[in-house]
Amino acid sequence: MYGNDFGELSGLLDQVDEAEKALVAAAHRDADAGADDPQTYFDGVLAADQKIEPRDWMPDAYRKTLIRQIAQHAHSEIIGMQPEGNWITRAPSLKRKAILLAKVQDEAGHGLYLYAAAETLGISRDELVQLLLEGRQKYSSIFNYPTLTWADMGAIGWLVDGAAIVNQVPLCRCSYGPYARAMIRICKEESFHQRQGFEILHTLAHGTPAQHAMAQDAIDRWWYPSLAMFGPPDADSTHSEQSMAWGIKRFSNDDLRQRFVDMCVGQAEVLGLRLPDDELRLNAETGHYDYTQPDFDELMQVIKGNGPCNRQRMAHRRRAHDEGAWVREAAEAYAAKRAQPVGAAA
Amino acid sequence: MSSPLWEVFVRPRRGLSHTHVGSVHAPDADMALRNARDVYTRRQEGVSIWVVPAAAITASSPDEKDAFFDPAADKVYRHPTFYDVPEGAKHL
Amino acid sequence: MTGDHRVPEGQLAQYALRVGDDALIAAQRLAEWSARAPEMEEDIALSNIALDQLGVARFLLSLAGGADGRSEDDLAYLRDDAEFRNCLLAEVPNGGPTAPPGASGDFGVTMVKLLLLGAYQLCLYERLVDSSEASLAEVAGKARKESRYHVDHAAQWTVRLGDGTATSQARVQQALDDLWPYTHELFEDDPLAVWAAEAGVGPLPSSLRAAWDAIVLPVLEEATLTVPPAGWHPTGGRDGRHTEHLSYLLAELQVLHRAHPGASW
Repeated sequence: MYGNDFGELSGLLDQVDEAEKALVAAAHRDADAGADDPQTYFDGVLAADQKIEPRDWMPDAYRKTLIRQIAQHAHSEIIGMQPEGNWITRAPSLKRKAILLAKVQDEAGHGLYLYAAAETLGISRDELVQLLLEGRQKYSSIFNYPTLTWADMGAIGWLVDGAAIVNQVPLCRCSYGPYARAMIRICKEESFHQRQGFEILHTLAHGTPAQHAMAQDAIDRWWYPSLAMFGPPDADSTHSEQSMAWGIKRFSNDDLRQRFVDMCVGQAEVLGLRLPDDELRLNAETGHYDYTQPDFDELMQVIKGNGPCNRQRMAHRRRAHDEGAWVREAAEAYAAKRAQPVGAAA
Repeated sequence: MSSPLWEVFVRPRRGLSHTHVGSVHAPDADMALRNARDVYTRRQEGVSIWVVPAAAITASSPDEKDAFFDPAADKVYRHPTFYDVPEGAKHL
Repeated sequence: MTGDHRVPEGQLAQYALRVGDDALIAAQRLAEWSARAPEMEEDIALSNIALDQLGVARFLLSLAGGADGRSEDDLAYLRDDAEFRNCLLAEVPNGGPTAPPGASGDFGVTMVKLLLLGAYQLCLYERLVDSSEASLAEVAGKARKESRYHVDHAAQWTVRLGDGTATSQARVQQALDDLWPYTHELFEDDPLAVWAAEAGVGPLPSSLRAAWDAIVLPVLEEATLTVPPAGWHPTGGRDGRHTEHLSYLLAELQVLHRAHPGASW
């Protein structure tokens, strides 16, 4: 059905495989054994495109940046379960219900992998969850928008997961080993998510007039927020330079955003749906599509907490956490009653 | 409250050896095994899983250089330290 | 195409519908836990179980509908409450049998319900592998492996909640007291069940009781919970007489599909 539409996506998945091979190959090269000074050693590992591992010395700022970035990525996966989970019980076919259940479950799993990676940097998952619940750490602003119709499931799969993949594939080459490995695992598992979203939209766009209108309406609402997922324009992005030097960030916000737009234009044509941008056109000189930037003021407002669903998402998370406290306490009490020293005979 | 951290090792098939795949939280060993099976194997059959309390692992990696790492502190991960996460959103 | 209210004709189809509806309604209740579980690992576990139940439901609904040309979706989305054949236990809300619509889920209720219903399904599937009806035997082979996992999961939690804190014990004992009356229906024989037993299609429900007790009672004991006394026992699900809860569940399950008659998704 799709022909070459997923050429770009397969290209991205090939990049994941390449990243994994590079990681294995790097593992076989010797690091510079002569460096005694920790900073020199650290710089040498990065320069050789090898991985920093949990017990390595690392600049404090590198560690803090990574904790923040990995944790916010993890929080995004967990919060992201809410807008999509919103339609599981109302999915219009049993097959779609199953697929959506599996997708949301994957997101929980991805959150877990990422929290595990963050914990290798010397912070506990409990602390990170507290930071989220207190609003001191953020999650991707895209999840502060409501899922108003079933077509939003398609739009999220196609656009939001598509943008996430464009963002995440370069992270498979991140300098920090546990994060790179988690990203490789996540990217491989995510390959079906974007395809499912595309399929949902394709079915709707070629269905009844009401379904087609539902699909177009979803695209109209999710396109610009998806573009905003790549962050502010490079000129306004404060942390990018240092993150690039540390091998945490590989490409600029604008580069990734352009890559995403280029990927979506052809796919939108196959879908028979219109991207809501009158300025969208191929630039013969650059070979890329010119497009209208998202409203970055709106992005800032949403990040500050004034998006349509911020309060709701946080309240939901806090409620789930609070209502589960008695369960966690019970499990802890049960384990304590049976605690034995590790290695003691039964 | 904290649910302890467990490291997970998986052997996908007979003949291969167990590989470290990540970690899970669980209140005790039985739940850790079950959680690990759900998270890391999606309940594939024939998979062998080990879970080990992270705190029980003794580690040594001489080529990882850390001037401040107490050589007697031979754990896999640094001890959690309390430090200030910068307030406010600094997006990517 | 407006709601097709007919229950499939043919006793085999009706029998398959009972087993399939149990799984479908159980799946829907479990799916309500998405992004709400007490711990992230538990979110994944509950979704796994929901997917298992949904898979079995789809197979059996397809089987039941096949005889008169209706699909799994036709049966799931276009039947009205009175045409559903699930046991009442399956439709009990996650907040408990007396919870108002929209109430938050109680994890203790869900785990005890999974123990009681899951053990019943396990006992049923263990016997269905010998069904004279090949497709039932086939689905039962896979379903019983999954049910073993469901029962194990529920047992682990029932024990931890029962033998955890004083609060958790009180809560899960309450859940058990509230759910126990609904277990009676699982083992009731009626003409269709008798037909199935005589035709070798499926076991007599009453014949499952001993195996079910052997699974459930030791778990309750280890959980330091008290088995409620036999008393009031609601029934009617197998004949389409449900609780008020099913109507709300179906409203949510069916609304979108029904809003677009004949559409594909």
